[in-house]
Amino acid sequence: MTTLEAPTTSRSQAPSRLIASRAKRKTARKGRRQSNPFLIHLTLLCVCVLFIAPFVWMVSTSLKTVDQVMRDPPVLIPKPMMPENYWKVITHPKMDFPLFTRNTLIIATLCVIGTVLSSSIVAYGFAKIRFRGRGVLFALMLSTMMIPGAVLMVPQFALFRWLGDHTPIQFLGTFKPLWIGAFFGSAFNIFLLRQFFMTIPDELSEAARIDGCSELGIFARIMLPLARPALAVVALFTFMAVWNDFLGPLVYLQRPDQYTLALGLQTFQSQHGGTEWQLLMAASVLVLAPIVILFFLAQRTFIQGIATTGMKG
Amino acid sequence: MASSKRERREFVKGMAFVSPWFIGFLVFTLTPMGLSLYWSFCDYPLTQPPLFRGLENYRVILHETDFWISLKNTIYYACMALPAGMCVSLGLALLLNTKIRGLGIYRTIIFLPSLVPIVASALLWMWIFNAKYGLFNEVLAKLGINGPNWIADVNTAMPSLALMSLWGVGHTVIIYLAGLQDVPTELYEAAEIDGAESFRRMWHVTIPMISPVIFFNLIMAIIGTFQVFAVPYMMTQGGPFHATYFYTMYLYENAFQNCYFGFASALAWIQLLIVVVLTAFAFWTSTRWVHYQGK
Repeated sequence: MTTLEAPTTSRSQAPSRLIASRAKRKTARKGRRQSNPFLIHLTLLCVCVLFIAPFVWMVSTSLKTVDQVMRDPPVLIPKPMMPENYWKVITHPKMDFPLFTRNTLIIATLCVIGTVLSSSIVAYGFAKIRFRGRGVLFALMLSTMMIPGAVLMVPQFALFRWLGDHTPIQFLGTFKPLWIGAFFGSAFNIFLLRQFFMTIPDELSEAARIDGCSELGIFARIMLPLARPALAVVALFTFMAVWNDFLGPLVYLQRPDQYTLALGLQTFQSQHGGTEWQLLMAASVLVLAPIVILFFLAQRTFIQGIATTGMKG
Repeated sequence: MASSKRERREFVKGMAFVSPWFIGFLVFTLTPMGLSLYWSFCDYPLTQPPLFRGLENYRVILHETDFWISLKNTIYYACMALPAGMCVSLGLALLLNTKIRGLGIYRTIIFLPSLVPIVASALLWMWIFNAKYGLFNEVLAKLGINGPNWIADVNTAMPSLALMSLWGVGHTVIIYLAGLQDVPTELYEAAEIDGAESFRRMWHVTIPMISPVIFFNLIMAIIGTFQVFAVPYMMTQGGPFHATYFYTMYLYENAFQNCYFGFASALAWIQLLIVVVLTAFAFWTSTRWVHYQGK
């Protein structure tokens, strides 16, 4: 029978302290040893070293010469440093970095605009308008989140192919299949925004309604400005998803001048067959860097957004 | 009468707001799913119209060795990556839920790898797993151990990929942390008064209280593992000797390289069925171990 002097108990109220104090005093030493902060630090430090080592290895390799890459034992801080590797990647004839970045940014921008617009409108409908069938539709929407992407991939491809054959608009071999869906909302983001709209009191919109404001006016002038932090989360996640997406561009993009960064990096790798690791690592760092910078600029928004993901219990 | 008129108005208004999603659902989800269900019973090489063949695709699939290999591989991977990922992420979250100094830094470092674009992390790990000059074998060599061939060896390829997946648990850790911070302090105090020691408090208070979050992460992990594609596609192309040939790769090859759209549709539906059965099973067991607060 021991008690544990856990950090959480420091917030405990007086009465419970009183009752437990005797037992606590008796076993305090043993208890404190169990939640040893030193041990926690040690464990976390070890884990962090393991988690960060790949990054160090990546950056270190990206600054090496070919000889240094193949040296045994390896050096951690290369001498001489080769920052030119990065320039070599950017100007590499086999990987048009600026063009791939431009392509990725075009798709990402369209997806972010589409997702933020459509998801917020739909989320508002689900959160603030009481209409028949709302519960059923909402449940239906949540259940679509469970459908594995591969199940939809095959028929969606066929759908875009069919649309290209039967309408004057071409879809395959263009960016369209990669962003058009964004303008129809995405279940996860609608859910996230709906949870946010639910926290805004109805009185606000009621007052505006009495003043003769239309529903769309309430949404655009009252709700959207209030939802700015949640919209930032949605924009951030959408941008990341596009930046990281590999399967979508692999299936839909046909010409190399349309490639996104992710797809470009893969072709760069397969053409090199893993010989010039310093260049491959430099390219990886270049693809990864914007995401890491974005994360550090919006760390709080990020963490809160992810935390909300698991909140539906 | 007035209320029904108002109801109708609200319905029109509500549907108008929800319509972007609803139209998208009809066009990009429901129609494709319906079509693919139909095509799964057809011979459909994409260049010709689909030809109804009944259960032929499914019969053929069950006799394909590649199907069984890819399914077995995916399950093998899931059996390693899923429990390991669940344990590591929950363990890290419990460690991070203490009040010690420098938590923010630890949390950031643990989260960072899950930001790495999948293509970049595949490249990085190909290099780490490199048998001759890779990070792992260099470190092992220093310890006097002759390291394995990692992803180049039939026996270690799949465990290597599962090991690599642990690097990206940060996302799940954050979700656990959010759940842990919602556990009311009073419960710990009550348990303490009753004299529960640390391990028992974790087992009887913490775990049940965050069981809905564990359940959520479990479902997401089941769906996620059946979608693994980019990592083996880039790192091993399914090899060596089909050791890392995942289900999704089998599907991708049939759909977009061989253009067997009917066959691939059947594969997609089998995948959906497996995921649904596993999820339903998880839901069924959840009544025993998932505790919802105030419900």
